[in-house]
Amino acid sequence: MHEMGIAQQIIDIATASIPPDMRSARVERVNLKIGKLSAVVPDSLRFCFEIVSQDTPLAGAELAIEETPVVARCKDCDARWTIAEPVFTCRTCNSGSLEILSGRELDIVSIEIADEGDHETGRE
Amino acid sequence: MKPVENKKPTREVKIVSRVLAVNERMAEQNRRRFGEKGVFVINVMSSPGSGKTTTLQKTLEAIMPEVKAAVIVGDVSTTHDADRLAVTGAPVVQVNTDAFGGDCHLAAHVIEKAAEDIDLDAIELLIVENVGNLVCPAEFDIGEDARVVVLSVTEGEDKPVKYPTMFRTCDAAILNKIDLLPYLDYDKQQAVAYIHQVNPGMPVFEVSARTGEGMQAWIGWLKEKMKDKKPNSKTKKKG
Repeated sequence: MHEMGIAQQIIDIATASIPPDMRSARVERVNLKIGKLSAVVPDSLRFCFEIVSQDTPLAGAELAIEETPVVARCKDCDARWTIAEPVFTCRTCNSGSLEILSGRELDIVSIEIADEGDHETGRE
Repeated sequence: MKPVENKKPTREVKIVSRVLAVNERMAEQNRRRFGEKGVFVINVMSSPGSGKTTTLQKTLEAIMPEVKAAVIVGDVSTTHDADRLAVTGAPVVQVNTDAFGGDCHLAAHVIEKAAEDIDLDAIELLIVENVGNLVCPAEFDIGEDARVVVLSVTEGEDKPVKYPTMFRTCDAAILNKIDLLPYLDYDKQQAVAYIHQVNPGMPVFEVSARTGEGMQAWIGWLKEKMKDKKPNSKTKKKG
């Protein structure tokens, strides 16, 4: 629902990260890490990104999204496991005191920019 | 030599940033500012129609004027909620998110702007009534001290497991409209069990904002939370 705003943030961050000597090059890919517990739907994000990125240096770039599973650690018995169902109690000792190690990510990891040195093909 | 199958050669530029880094920085700024002013900020979230505005209206009526409070109300459009809350005498700032792109949540910069219209020196509690939505507001820190989610017995018992992120990021839940229980097939035990499945130990206040039943427990909790924050502000208390 708020994917449009998220897409805009991604474009802002990615655009600011293009090195000065590569300003005219095409951004081929934006690598993202999105946790299963984040309130973002990857397909909606791709759809919004396509629209919002028009007329920006990111136009046509692919959003490569790595979805990270929800991994918890029990603060009482130190057990670690992947949470697949919305049950947030320790599998081993039933404690409810958990630390979420991953699954809340909404990170932009890197961008991949077309290497201009590639003159031999007619592709852009 | 040409590579046989080639993806276009690319140069990778590492970034490693939270996508919402700008919002998070702004939220921290808000938090510092509210902290300096000794204002406790509570972010109240819910699905539409859970009775959030009535709950807040009754809360304000119960705590004022002992507690000096102000409200920021977020809605996609209309000022209906602000009008209802203004009756309590608390200063109310309405934020219509359509001016900000029809957003489904309040972001930190919106709160910063709305807070400019509030005399922070004159209040100790700022209630933010977020846009009715159980998904997006969970993702946006606004600089609050506590988060509360309101749900009602006219909704499905399984709301907590359908929206685990919301229920995990909140500090307490208000289960509203319990005066309607005799007319419904709602399984209250199951609902509370689901809440605790997602967020073990979370306080759940069963209330009817309409009749006032159960409101004291919720208000007591809120006042305790406010006291806990006080050490940072003017009134010194041993932690």
